[in-house]
Formats: sequence, structure tokens, C-alpha cells
Amino acid sequence: MNTNNFQPNGPRPKHLTIGRIGMYCFIFMCALFFLMPLYVMIVTSLKDMDEIRSGNLLYIPKVLSFYAWPKAWSEACTGFVCEGLKPGLINSIKITVPSVIVSVSLGAINGYALAFWRFKGAYFFFGLCLFGAFIPYQVMVYPLLKIESAIGIYSSLPGIILVHTIFGMPILTLIFRNFYASLPIDLFKAARIDGGNFIKIFFYVIIPMSTPITIVAVILQVTGIWNDFLLGLVFAGRDNQPMTVQLNNIVQVDYGVAEYNVDMAATILTSLVPLFVYFISGRWFVRGIAAGAIKG
Amino acid sequence: MKNSVEVKNISFSYGKTEILNDLSLDIKQGEFMVLLGPSGCGKTTLLNCIAGLLDLTEGQIWIEDDNVTWKEPKDRHIGMVFQSYALYPSMTVEKNLSFGLRMMGTAKKIIDDKIEKAANLLQINELLKRKPSQLSGGQRQRVAIGRALVRDAKVFLFDEPLSNLDAKLRAELRYEIKKLHRDLSNTMIYVTHDQIEAMTLADRISVMKDGLIQQLDTPKQIYNKPANLFVAGFIGSPSMNFLNAIFEKSNQSLIIGKLNINISKYENINHLTDNQQVVFGIRPENTIIDKNENSILCKVELVEPMGADTLVWTSLEGTPISIRLEGSSNYNLNDEINISFDINKSSIFDSKSEERI
Repeated sequence: MNTNNFQPNGPRPKHLTIGRIGMYCFIFMCALFFLMPLYVMIVTSLKDMDEIRSGNLLYIPKVLSFYAWPKAWSEACTGFVCEGLKPGLINSIKITVPSVIVSVSLGAINGYALAFWRFKGAYFFFGLCLFGAFIPYQVMVYPLLKIESAIGIYSSLPGIILVHTIFGMPILTLIFRNFYASLPIDLFKAARIDGGNFIKIFFYVIIPMSTPITIVAVILQVTGIWNDFLLGLVFAGRDNQPMTVQLNNIVQVDYGVAEYNVDMAATILTSLVPLFVYFISGRWFVRGIAAGAIKG
Repeated sequence: MKNSVEVKNISFSYGKTEILNDLSLDIKQGEFMVLLGPSGCGKTTLLNCIAGLLDLTEGQIWIEDDNVTWKEPKDRHIGMVFQSYALYPSMTVEKNLSFGLRMMGTAKKIIDDKIEKAANLLQINELLKRKPSQLSGGQRQRVAIGRALVRDAKVFLFDEPLSNLDAKLRAELRYEIKKLHRDLSNTMIYVTHDQIEAMTLADRISVMKDGLIQQLDTPKQIYNKPANLFVAGFIGSPSMNFLNAIFEKSNQSLIIGKLNINISKYENINHLTDNQQVVFGIRPENTIIDKNENSILCKVELVEPMGADTLVWTSLEGTPISIRLEGSSNYNLNDEINISFDINKSSIFDSKSEERI
């Protein structure tokens, strides 16, 4: 008997169909469309002012000129001082690093407490958090300002760190709570029998399992705090102005010529950190969101 | 004998929903106690109360002459095994086993000794360096049992530990747990909804329903002399056959429709009153196919061969009746059979109270 006698009907289906080619074309066009601003920024930053004035926005530079980059970095005027973005970078780091560490840690503890140590009114509190995540923060700027100046930390580094921590709390608590709520409760019971208390269980059992969701939270906070303009402008004080505020000062000149190439270079420099974070962690971001933040 | 665990008049409720109400249970030293019941009967809640994972509304719990009602789980000298294994995913098997001891600040050498002992007992030596995700279900549950073992617990609590395993592994681990109890002779409390596990493992079974203990007795007693209709129907697979009947005192028999069954051999026949509405319960293996003066002629309606046994279904007065026969017996559809009942081994329940008479 010939066992190989059974053939499928008709030809094997093709992988590359017309529809598929059309879809790839569409995706390619979309990518081009969204990359256009970045392209304009990069080529403009590499042109000199004469060439920019000639008005051909999309042309590649005839003569490469790099002078805009060092100028944006260390010479451009941000208000009265002309030190470029360099001090802003350091300020942004000084604001972002402690804010991210404090807010993510507190968010994790909050989420843990809400998920496992169900106290009376925990659901109400959770609802409150959810609500807080949707209130536009401009509403709270003025009251917060009054509070901070009353306790004497307005216009200082601790002041801006506290504000970022407060505004990060609802969404971070939400993310962590949902992630922890998806862990089996038996795990927590077993740890209690094994002799853990609130703090010990958190450090020995829960934190080692929190890597994916912590990465998501860190990405959210780093990009959010780095890109923040309003809170930095209002709460940080003149000595601690973050990069975004200084970038604004460079771009919004009241006198002299607007140097578009310097503006573009400065903008790219400012957005390098969030870009970098997205590139190295995009995979984690999607995974973490899928694992905990949306579900539950 | 001394009691190992005493549950004294405990109540527990979630908000307004009452799960346990004034429940008491004494468990003897070294006893294997199984809490058996359908889901939602409160058996897991009771176990969690004993473990201290839930706070009682009322009552007390004593473990070895120590009132532990308000003590933390870790101070109750218990070990617990969960249905979902509940192994710490970020730790190796070794770290999982030693976690409780490390939390207590036990010396490294003692920890190593205890882990080695437990690993040998459960044959998990080769797995010590692995993470839980690299283990099969059976291996995971062994590790979970090991984690309870190393704690030198006075009482072991099992919360449906075998429910997530396939049938073959379940039988294997059931055997292991029984052997473990034989060798360690610790007190063990075991929650399950599987009556086979309950029957094979238990010294005593407490059958629960709606937060109440329906019957607390040895597996044999529970099987042969169920206290009420619920226990009779819950224990035994295939389950007991029930027939509604009326007792006639004059000729000591039960009237089932047109049939008349003589029950003069029933142990508590004196407790029955004339014209009492009762339910006659008879297990499939206590129905006999044999021609005698009391036998009833019926037809075979269905045959279920199960290997070791064969189940033959017929009906009496419209009620289906199953008969358990040897696997070798050979009956076909519509065969005529003469059946009679082993009255000694039957159970008669009052229709209203559903209690056994």
C-alpha cells in the first residue's frame, strides 16, 4: 500500500498575497510619516542658519555644520545665563532619580498592602486611587504650592521630588495592586505560616517576583518626570530647573535671532533619555502592561 | 488519648455571610482527620481558621494545650500544604524549603540537616537546585510537603493538596502521604472533596455541609452507617440507591409502590413507627441478583463495565437502581433478573428529618 497517496487539494496557499503587500506598504508609509519630524529635526540641526533661511525644510544639508550641537549643550542662553542645557541635564537627573525611586517604592508598598492586607475600606481607598489617576494635575498645582510654601519646601529639590511622588502615586498604586492581585493568595498565606510579617514577606517573597511590573513603573515614571515641564517650572525653583524648562527658555527668545538649528539640537538632546529608555525597554513595557496593568 | 487540636464553638463570617456557626471539633494526637464536603461547605474556611489565616468571629482554637486563637500563623507550630502548591517562584527548591527556618533565624547547619532529611524522605534530592517553574506538578507538591515537613510542625494542614494533579499522580501521592503519616505519626488535618482520598487516608472523617459537621466517624462507619441522607448520598461512588417507602408494622415491611420488602432483619426496626414515611437506602454492592422467595423481577436497562466491576442499571417503581457486580459477570440489555436486598447493610432514613433510623 502506498501510504503517501493523500495529497491536499489545490496548490499550497501563498504567504505573500496582494492584501499583505498592501498592508506592508501602508505600515511603511505610516512609519515614514511618523519619522518625518525626527528627520527634519536632525537635518535642521546640521544646517547653518543661511541654509535654513533658504527654506528647504526637507533637503539634506549642503554643508554639514556641527556648531549648533556644542552651542545647545553649553553656550545657548536660557534667560540671563548662557551655559546651554548642561546644567539642566544635571538638574533633571537630580529630580528624576530620587523621584522615581521614592514614588515606585511607595507605589509598590501601597499596591502590596491593597492587594494582600485587606483593611476595612480597602475597596473604597482603591476606588479613590483610581479616581485620582484621572484628575488633571493642573487643578492641584495651586493648593500644593500653598501647602509646600507653608511647610517651607517650596522652590527646592525636596519640594519638586515630593510633588512628583504625589502625582505618581495613583497610577503606580493601581499598577502594582493589579499585578499583586494576579498573584495567587496562597503564596502569601504560605509565607505567613513560614514566619514572615508584613515587611519580611514584601522583601523576601514579593519584591523578587516584581521585576516585570517594576520595570514598567520605572519606565512610566522616568519618561513622565523627565518630560514634565509645568511642575518643574512651578515647584523646582530657579536653581533646580529641569532640562525641559531650560529648553523652553532657549526656544522662546524675546530678542535676537531664533536659531532653529540650535533649537533642534537642544530638543533632540532633551528627548534622548526617554527615547533611550523606550528603545531598551519596549519589550518589557508591553509585557508588563499585558501582565498586570490592564488585566484585573 | 490527648487532644492535639481542639476547635471550641467557633463561628466565622465574611461580612454578613455566616460560613461557620458554633462548630466544635476535637482531633486526637497523631490522628489523620479528613474534612470532607462539597465546595462551599466551609471546610477550607475551617482549615484556614485553624491555621490562623482567618480571624474567628467567636470561639477558641487550642493546639496542644495552648490557646492559639489570636496567635499569628507562624507561632502555631503548623505546616501547611496548598492546592496551588504556593511555592515561592523566585527561590530554588532548597531556598523554598529553608525559608521558614531562615525567617526564624535557625543555624545554617541545622537547616542543612533538616533539608537533607526531608529531601530524602520525599525523594527530591536531585531537585534542590532547581526553580519551581522547572518542576512537574507532582514534584512541586512534593516540595510543598517538604516545606511543611522541615518546620517540625505539631500539626500538618493539607488544603486539597492533590486536586491539581492527574489521576495517576494523585493515587501515587496519596500513597506517599499515607506512608508519611505512618512514619511520622504527626497530627494531620486534610481537606478534600474527593471521597476516595477521604476513605483511604482518614482515621476519622468529618463530613461537612453548610458549615455544619454532618457526621464525624471512622471511614467504615460513615460508609456503612451514614448518619443522614446527605452523608449517604455524598459518600460512595456510584452512590447509594434511594427509594421512597412507607413502613408497615404489621408485617414488618416497607411498601414501595406495589412492592413489599420485608425488613425484619434491620437493626433498628423497633425505632420505626407504623405508616412512617421513610427513605430506603441501599448501596449498589448490597443489591443481590439471586432468585429466592423475596426477590423482585426486573429488566436490565443499562450496563456499565468498569473493569474490576460491572454496574447494572434497572429500575424499581420508576426509580433507577444500580447493582454492582463482578467485572466478569455478563448481562445484556433487557435480560430479566431477580434482585433482592441485603437488609443488614441497608440504611433507612426518616423522610422529614432525613436522619438515619
